[in-house]
Amino acid sequence: MNRQSPIFSPTRIWAMGWNTLTELTRLKVFYFLLVFALLVIGNSLFLAKLSFGEEFQMLKDVSLGAMSIFTSLIAILATAMLLPKDLEERTTFTILAKPVPRYEYVAGKLLGILLLLAISVVVMSGLFLVVLWVQEHNAIADARAALDAHQISAEDFNTTVASVQRATFTSNLLPGILVIFIKSALLSSLTLMISTFASSAIFTMLMSIAIYFIGHLQATAREYWLSGIDPHWWTRPALAVVALLFPDLQAFSLTDEVVAGTAISLGLFLQTGLLGLFYIGVYYLLACFLFSNREL
Amino acid sequence: MMRAAIAILLLLIFGGVRLPLEIHLAQEQQSAGFHSATLNLPLREQIGQLGFVAALSGFRSLVAAYLWIEANSAFENVEWGRMAGLFQTVTTLQPKSILYWDMSGWHMAWNAANNAYEDKSQASEVLRMRAQRQYWNLGRKFYEDGLKANPDSGELWARYGDLLSQKYEDHEGAFHAYETASTKNDARPQYHRQAAYELAAVPGKEREAYQFLKSIYDLGPSQRMPSIIHDLKLLEEKLGIPPDQRIEKKAAH
Repeated sequence: MNRQSPIFSPTRIWAMGWNTLTELTRLKVFYFLLVFALLVIGNSLFLAKLSFGEEFQMLKDVSLGAMSIFTSLIAILATAMLLPKDLEERTTFTILAKPVPRYEYVAGKLLGILLLLAISVVVMSGLFLVVLWVQEHNAIADARAALDAHQISAEDFNTTVASVQRATFTSNLLPGILVIFIKSALLSSLTLMISTFASSAIFTMLMSIAIYFIGHLQATAREYWLSGIDPHWWTRPALAVVALLFPDLQAFSLTDEVVAGTAISLGLFLQTGLLGLFYIGVYYLLACFLFSNREL
Repeated sequence: MMRAAIAILLLLIFGGVRLPLEIHLAQEQQSAGFHSATLNLPLREQIGQLGFVAALSGFRSLVAAYLWIEANSAFENVEWGRMAGLFQTVTTLQPKSILYWDMSGWHMAWNAANNAYEDKSQASEVLRMRAQRQYWNLGRKFYEDGLKANPDSGELWARYGDLLSQKYEDHEGAFHAYETASTKNDARPQYHRQAAYELAAVPGKEREAYQFLKSIYDLGPSQRMPSIIHDLKLLEEKLGIPPDQRIEKKAAH
């Protein structure tokens, strides 16, 4: 009896996603977490010579900056390898020989890389928050010792504790970290789309890195395009192409201000998140479209 | 080839759809205080091409942190000019960071100014005082620029008050700065008291200062700090407050 295969099977996608994650883990992608740990812990030790306010600011700057760099790099480099590696090892043929539609295969790959990014962000955030918590408690313990030794008044102690708490963990850090994840997810879906028509992993990486840089200037290009400044006849059409074709990555670069204490409101976070999902969805659909007819 | 052309066309259509969303989101983010840095050619000259590219690529805070550590090395080597330049760059990269504005202003107005005044290699005291004042002004500029970028920071208003009071002896200006600081969300209880102390030091404002200090004193024993009592006693004498309206003698001890 011939059983009809479902058009869209979450179970199959999950299986392929999990398998992709396993493959990436075997490639020792998680080793970068060791570098991150060394960076954060080393940074916190080195910064002990700075004043307490500076120390926390540096720790947050370096940790969130490193988190952003690492997630973007993983998103681009790991995703760029997925399809060429599967083609080289002929895994693609084995999978697609079964009743698995190509769009499910692409979805599985995307899910795998998103799982990798999510685990990475969780581990990095956990490490960063633990170091921040230790630093906070050390600073408060120092202030308490000064209070016990009657070097500072109770009011000074309370002011110091409030300052330390304001300078260390604030709830704003969490949406900031989530925006880092959304940005990396967007980059991975973009890279996956490029890899569906690219001839090699190197080409995909270079294209994605170039788009990464252009994407951060997209907002500037858009502003100039819409402002009507036209020094040459080709300026505005060129800016329009940049604004329409490339993603606005600046919209997902909020951590610089989050570190400085600027709050992300729920509304703003949701709008940013929805834009990110919109990008991921569109790049996924385009990846499916481009991959659907690719000769393997 | 055909598919690639269709994909590019679809991307352009998608771009047209998302454009209004992105413009709206960019405006919302800017009004919430995001993307506040101005990345221009002078900054590019200050931080070099690589730093500028990094700043453009969403790593402004990381570049700022690196330059801040450089500024700390400059501090250890007593290179005030280099420090001032680095502070300028760091505050341009991270204009929303109160700490950077505060520390930049403080280093210039206190450390660099004192060092300039104590610099015995310069025999002329007039020139040393001139150099000292120049560093005060540099520090003041950091605080004022910081307040333009962060008008709602009580902490920065209070530090500006410290500068006006301790370096310029502009007690009226300091009073306004502390008073503004005390109205902000991050205000500390002492800002209000500091405003009162500054008002008490302004010639011709004794009556207002007395009423201000008295209002704090009347809040209860927890607010009756030695400085409040001291200033009130002086003003009672100066204003000839009748004995029955004066604060209790025992409170002074």
